[in-house]
Amino acid sequence: MEKIKNIGDFFKMYVEGFKNLSKTSKILWTIIIVKLFIMFAVMRAFLFPNFLNSKFDTEEEKAEYVIEQITNN
Amino acid sequence: MDLSLIDWSRAQFALTAIFHWVFVPLTLGLGVIMCIFETIYYRTGDEKWKRLAKFWIKLFGINFAIGVATGIILEFEFGTNWSNYSYFVGDIFGAPLAIEGIIAFFLEATFIAVLFFGWNKVSKGFHLASTWITVIGATLSAWWILVANAWMQFPAGMDFNPDTARNEMTDFLAVALSPVAVNKFFHTVLSAWMLGAAFVIGVSSWFLLKKREHEFAVNSIKVAAIVGVVGIALTFWTGHSSAQKVAKYQPMKLAAMEALYQGKNGTELIGIGVVNPAKEAYNDSVKPVVAKIAFPKMLSWLATGDLDAFVPGIQDIIEGGYETENGTALSFDQKQEKGKIAQNALKVYRAAKADSIQNEKEACDSLRDARRVEYVQTMAVAREEIDANIGNLGYGYLNTPEETIPNVGLTFYAFHFMVIFGGYFLLFFIFAWFLNRKGVNGVWAKNKWLQLLGLISIPLAYLTSQAGWIVAEVGRQPWTIQDVLPVGASISKIPTSSVQITFFVFLTVFTVLLIAEVGIMLKSIQKGPENE
Repeated sequence: MEKIKNIGDFFKMYVEGFKNLSKTSKILWTIIIVKLFIMFAVMRAFLFPNFLNSKFDTEEEKAEYVIEQITNN
Repeated sequence: MDLSLIDWSRAQFALTAIFHWVFVPLTLGLGVIMCIFETIYYRTGDEKWKRLAKFWIKLFGINFAIGVATGIILEFEFGTNWSNYSYFVGDIFGAPLAIEGIIAFFLEATFIAVLFFGWNKVSKGFHLASTWITVIGATLSAWWILVANAWMQFPAGMDFNPDTARNEMTDFLAVALSPVAVNKFFHTVLSAWMLGAAFVIGVSSWFLLKKREHEFAVNSIKVAAIVGVVGIALTFWTGHSSAQKVAKYQPMKLAAMEALYQGKNGTELIGIGVVNPAKEAYNDSVKPVVAKIAFPKMLSWLATGDLDAFVPGIQDIIEGGYETENGTALSFDQKQEKGKIAQNALKVYRAAKADSIQNEKEACDSLRDARRVEYVQTMAVAREEIDANIGNLGYGYLNTPEETIPNVGLTFYAFHFMVIFGGYFLLFFIFAWFLNRKGVNGVWAKNKWLQLLGLISIPLAYLTSQAGWIVAEVGRQPWTIQDVLPVGASISKIPTSSVQITFFVFLTVFTVLLIAEVGIMLKSIQKGPENE
């Protein structure tokens, strides 16, 4: 590829870069994608629900609960 | 509160943070060094520096790719395991974390592509600028994360709103530029330079041991040693400043760092020592440290800049009565009393508010107006009491003074490990620079013991860096927000077993990622720098 002269060439750089990834780069991208999938599609969805959102519908209810927790000893 | 739930929640957070911190310092430290290599290439036009820069950029890329987004898991844990805390501080954390996300995404994601794909496609100057912008972007991201962390250690620029049960930012600059945040940023980033330099010298030493890439290795060591000397010297300097902030805002942490139970004027600094496991109570007569080498008066100097200043010990902090720049220090009992006043006022405020809402709905006209005045007055008085005592709110949650003492042994040993190996690295970088001066004919390039030392300094640098975070985070226990919210009040009431399960899920995922990181990194190092 020639040197970048305009914005179109700039995007071509991305396309060519991804097309010509080295073996190590392909492995790294695979790791990134698998990791993000595990983090967001599995962990976030099934293992890490937002505790207050799962118990209460309104901000007032959440506030009431948190106040009760931090003053309840 | 279930203690095992608190401990598992803490363990999971510590595991995630420690794992995250495997990647971050190398990104920041190696980043600066590779920028310098490329800058030399830009200025000299010498292809050997380009080859060198490309190799270290490749290792930077591997580390960056494996580590990317590991910090987001901490945010998952906030919402699930630490929901009270998360809700309580939400408005303070929102802005710094949003800014961090925007910087990370736009700066890093845009310019990192030029960094890897742009060789020979953009001008040398534009490529160099992209390299610097990527690293500056990563460093600025760290700023905002450290601002959030610093706020927990020194809550500033906020106002607690009893209507929403949240802290609200009243002064953005007080949060973003708090003295603790500024100091924490420089101390942390500069220590990352130390780690990056140790990594470059260690890997280069491996090439020398293998009798490969001599010129490449000595040139790498030449630059890394200078970055290392600058990094560790400034880390010591900011460490002194950090100790002064800790002495002022978190005296219990400083006392735990030195296992100091009874303070005095002109307090000694322990260089190396053994914590006495027989010490069971903060006010018993058992010696806290059984064997030590100490420097007279140096803790007083470290904490205040004055050799004869009083440094309070754990017992002093619990019993109060000593003089500080803000007046006489309160005892635990006095702080607990203030905490309970704040808690009670909070309850009164909320009850009056609920009653006033009910009153507006149900009371007849004549009663409604009279009661409205009464509720408004009650809420105003309660609000004043909350504002006056919110700084000690967390003490109302605690039952005994012992609960305010962090794990002294762990804090002490982590602190001394950090300082001793910080000193080691200062000497290490000076020697690496001095003994590498004559290039391939220098002592470093010929002596395999020095090269071995370089190699084992890589894990030592990681351990030193992690020890720093252990001091910062274990030393501030039991507080998630200093003096305002203890861990017991911060966590979600969820089954301990669910935290245990996710702990081991993380442990597995992190271990796999770490194996991948080390494996790919070693393979790339073995392959060595490429010839164009």
